[in-house]
Formats: sequence, structure tokens, C-alpha cells
Amino acid sequence: MTDVTPTGTRPRTLAEKVWDKHLVAKGEDGTPDLIYIDLHLVHEVTSPQAFDGLRLAGRPVRRPDLTIATEDHNTPTLAIDRPIADPTSRTQIETLRRNCEEFGVRLHSLGDIEQGIVHVVGPQLGLTQPGITVVCGDSHTSTHGAFGAMALGIGTSEVEHVMATQTLPLSPFKTMAITVNGALRPGVTAKDIILAVIAKIGTGGGQGYVLEYRGSAIRDLSMEGRMTICNMSIEAGARAGMVAPDATTYAYLKGRAHAPSGQDWDDAVAYWDTLATDDGATFDAEVVLDADTLEPFVTWGTNPGQGVSLSETVPNPAGISDANERAAAERALEYMDLTAGTPMKEIRVDTVFLGSCTNSRVEDLRAAAEIIKGHSLADGVRMLVVPGSARVRIEAEAEGLDKIFLDFGAEWRFAGCSMCLGMNPDQLEPGERCASTSNRNFEGRQGKGGRTHLVSPLVAAATAIRGTLSSPWDLIQDGDR
Amino acid sequence: MEKFTTVTGIALPLRRSNVDTDQIIPAVYLKRVTKTGFDDALFAAWRQDPDFVLNQPAYQGARVLVAGADFGTGSSREHAVWALRDYGFDVVLSPRFGDIFRGNSGKQGLLAGTITEADAQLLWDIIEADPGIELTVDLVARTARVGDLVIPFVIDDYTRWRLLEGLDDIGLTLRDEARISEFESHRESWRPRTLPAKQVNQ
Ligand code: SF4
Repeated sequence: MTDVTPTGTRPRTLAEKVWDKHLVAKGEDGTPDLIYIDLHLVHEVTSPQAFDGLRLAGRPVRRPDLTIATEDHNTPTLAIDRPIADPTSRTQIETLRRNCEEFGVRLHSLGDIEQGIVHVVGPQLGLTQPGITVVCGDSHTSTHGAFGAMALGIGTSEVEHVMATQTLPLSPFKTMAITVNGALRPGVTAKDIILAVIAKIGTGGGQGYVLEYRGSAIRDLSMEGRMTICNMSIEAGARAGMVAPDATTYAYLKGRAHAPSGQDWDDAVAYWDTLATDDGATFDAEVVLDADTLEPFVTWGTNPGQGVSLSETVPNPAGISDANERAAAERALEYMDLTAGTPMKEIRVDTVFLGSCTNSRVEDLRAAAEIIKGHSLADGVRMLVVPGSARVRIEAEAEGLDKIFLDFGAEWRFAGCSMCLGMNPDQLEPGERCASTSNRNFEGRQGKGGRTHLVSPLVAAATAIRGTLSSPWDLIQDGDR
Repeated sequence: MEKFTTVTGIALPLRRSNVDTDQIIPAVYLKRVTKTGFDDALFAAWRQDPDFVLNQPAYQGARVLVAGADFGTGSSREHAVWALRDYGFDVVLSPRFGDIFRGNSGKQGLLAGTITEADAQLLWDIIEADPGIELTVDLVARTARVGDLVIPFVIDDYTRWRLLEGLDDIGLTLRDEARISEFESHRESWRPRTLPAKQVNQ
């Protein structure tokens, strides 16, 4: 490895700027660069062997002050004061508690106000900031890119590597600009943008790339919306997703527990202002999308790229030219028990899940609550509302959102990953169909034999009212709003 | 990782080829939360058989495994190496290894040395004629010695260097410790820190 040489004045992208700023050593002859990691997020599933590795080698966590842990994947969302029933889940949680104690890592346990999904906790504490490098042993770490951070999901060996060295050997990636022009119509959200992007470029389309989301429709989004989009970059196969920081970012951060304050704030903003991609910088690939024509988007298949506008029908695999994709679509329709040509809006669901690191922030809950207010849950449908963190739950309760959900007939749960992946007791029964605000519709993801349609919080809410996949537009047509 | 130079220990003859990682450690053990405590999981299915070679008293405490061709093929699970290490093995000799397994071995201080089919046969015969016999593996000379017999093995230079120096991936990065510290000394004061915890939002 060689020493880092100063970068010239060549125009650079946001991603390149963050990378260059964190170069500890430049790789030679194809060996990776050594990149400094500003923030390491830890949870119970992917950390135990990493801690164990440190213990075996007699190494400490190099920077406990840049590390933070929370419990999310295995935690129950009911009766959180009672011991966790499943022994494997309980062991993982207890192991995390012991490890954090032994290695001096800050941990937010079940019952703590900052406990929750790791990707909700980082931003809410103000730890996720523009221009930093963030890693976590979880693929949806890409969420944090919404702040203009370089946020990467890593494996357990890498978790140990970061714990021991606060660095990672990484090879540079390619960059892709995803420009979303125009403005979203009411009832269309960030979730619909990202589902449309993935349907357009495919689940492998982002492979090897860091995606930068740009354009007026992205600028108009709240931080929550940007997080939803960056969250699902991984579903397009990308290494990471980013949005350049701006006034929206600063307004979200200001005053948060770990955001800079005083002179530090001014210094930080001065630096953050330099991060946006330079005019004249080149991307390795570009995709352009028009927000004006976007409609609420839903998936019909078993990967997040298998989606259509809600007003369309279940596609006919016979119309797909690529043989592999056609076979995949046929398999997906069989698993999903759907017939080509069925209008998406006629698909009846058993369950609605409002939650996950994609859509469980207070803004998501607020948007859904606004739709369902004054309505009641469709017959034969259950709805689970799972706030992303204990703090989100409390904030929502302070606004009375819990009452709205409960009056509607939904279940109001404690924070965690919950039915996003069914590692805890919240699972679909075999054959059950779910409209879910989460990010993965893989076979069995939400429970063995469960069928998942990925949707926005607005579509989730309208679907809960009508019992079939629906958007707020359908409610207006129903004439009841 | 400890520096590896020579190892002298009981040799275990595993007269099987195509021992995949599912055989080395069955999937049910992957739910565990540790990197250690896998010694009972090693070859778990085969160990049900009292006659399995690992169950024979003469081979207790073995450190050198002499296996047939294509050892460690199949799933990428690092657990296979952890289980072998945990049981006490420092060396596996085989005519051919699964690629990922060989890579994982180097990271965990397990020497995976390639020998010829003929030499594997020879070693099995010698060991079985005198169960519990010790074998000396010399990484510097790249040889395995038992009595007067000296058998060469192959290992790539980079892995050998890392084993001799006792460097795992982390160890390698920590050679750049001075650079990491230097980098840290320039980090801006406003960059986020998780400690001390500030929990109250304004
Ligand atoms: S909510 Fe789902 S996607 Fe997000 S971290 Fe939890 S399990 Fe992963």
C-alpha cells in the first residue's frame, strides 16, 4: 500500500469525495484500498462470531466510541417485558448483551427508548451524518446513504475486521446516477419511485455500483422518503445508494442528540456543503425516470424487480422474451398463486404489515394514519403496525396515531424488524397473502409459504380499508373521502 | 493468529475423498453464536459410528489430518474451519482442496497442504500400521516428516508467508496501524461519536 496522495481538482461525484476523504492507504497492483469507518452499527444476528473472533485473538474493539448496538431482528413485538420464548433468539440477544458489556460497546436493549431497527436508530440519534462512512452487518445499511453517507452492508468477518481496526479493505466501485425528474403526484411516494427504479433496472442492475439519486423529485423528498429509497438500493443489487445532503438534511439533523452543535455545527455544514457531485463529474452509468407519470407501484412476484403500477394487471410470462426471466416469472406466479391478466386491484390480502427499516418512521405511520382515520379494517384482514424504534412508537403515541390505528382495528406493536423477515413470532401462515411496506418479497421471507406484495404505506393503508390492493386514489373514487 | 513454524502431533488418517463442508460440520450447528465450541460438531454425523476413526482412542488429540482428495468442497461456511481448529487440528493434508475452504483455512491459521495421491496412500498406510504415531509438519521447508520418511507438500507463497508471520486479515491491516492512527489524528472533532451517550433529543 502507498500513502494517500492528495486528489487534484478533477470533478468528482459525491461517492468519490466520501471515498477519497476516508482513504487510509491506497491499494497497489489490484489490492484493495484501506478505508476508515466512521460509524459501526451492530445487532444481535451478525455480531456474535465477530466478538468471539476478537476474544480468541485477544483484541479489543478499537473504537467503542464509534460503535453502537441495538436489538432488533429477534425481538418480540408483544409482551417485551417477558423473557423471549424462542431459545435461539433469546441466546442471540443474551450473547449481544454479554459481548457489549465485555467490550464496552453502547447497547440499546429491548425496553430502552433508543431500541429499534438499527437503520432507524442511527439517523434518529443524529449519528448518521453527511460525508461519513457507515457499516453494519446487514444489507440494508444502504439506508444511511440518504444523508450523503457512504453506507455499506458487510459480512461477519468484516464486522470483526472493523471492530479490530476501524477500517475495511475495499475495492473502488462504479457510480450510477439515477435522476428522477419532475414531481410526484399526491398519493405517490418514495416507495413507488424505488419500486419503479428496481423494476426498470432489475435486481442485478446496480451490481458493482454506488447509486446516486438526483433530480427534482428526489430534492423534494423528506429525509424519511430518501431513506426509503436508499434502503432498497440493495434490492437493485447495488453496493450502496446516496443522496447529496442539502437544507432538508440539515434541518432533520439539527438538534438531534449526536448531531454537532455550536461551532462544530458550522464547521460540519461548511464541509457538508462541499459534498455534492461536481458539475462535469462523470458517472459510469445513468438512468432517468419521470416522476410526473409515476403511479402507486406494487410487486406481483417473488423478487422486488417483479412489479407493476397498481392500475395494471398481473403480467403474462409468455410476453417476456428472456427465457430465464420468463421461467422465473412463471415460478413466481405459481408461488404467489396469481393468474396472468388479473387486475392488481382485484388481489385480496389477508394481512397488512406496516413496518420495517424501509417504512416504519413516524412520517410513514402518520401518512398511513391519515388515510385510515374514520374507516374500519376490511373484514377478514389483520393489520400489524410496528414502529421502527421505541422512540418512533412514543412519538406516534404523543400524536395519537396509536389510537387511530387501534380504532381502525389494527394491532399496535412494539418496535423491531418483526414481520419483515419473521425471525421473531410475527410471521405469515402458509398461503397467507400480505401487503407489506418492507423491502423483500422473497419466497418464505415473511413466514414459510407466505406471499408478499411490496407496497408504500399509503397503499398499505388503502388496502387495509378495501381488503384488496388499493391506493388512496381508489378511496376517492369510492366517494367516501 | 499465532506464528506457524513446525507442528508435531498425532496424525489422523481419513480415508475418504470428497469430504464436503456439510460432512465437516452439518448445517444444524450454524445457528450457534460462537466461533468456538464446535469441537463436538466436527464430522458430527460420522461420529455417531463408534468405529469412525476420530472415535478411536489412539487418535485422541490428533493435530494433523490426512484426508483424501477434494476435502472441504461445497458450502462456503467458515464454520468448517472453525470446527477443525476447535477440535485441535493445525494441519490438513490432502491431494486437493475446495477453493473457498482453502481460503478460509489461511484466515484461521489452519495449514492446508497439498500432497500427491501416492503420498496420501503412503501416509495412511504408515499411520494405520502404528496408530497414534506423530508427524512433524515443517512450514518453512514445506515438508511432512514421519520417522525417516519426508514428504513435500504444496502451499502458495502468500498464504505460507501469512501463516509464518501469524497474520490473519486483521493482522495484516494492523501492520498499517501507524497509518490508521495518523488518519485518526486528523479526524474532525465534529464527526459523530457514540460515546458518551447523549440520549435526550432537544
Ligand atoms: S427491518 Fe427487515 S430489512 Fe430492515 S434490518 Fe430488519 S430484517 Fe433487515
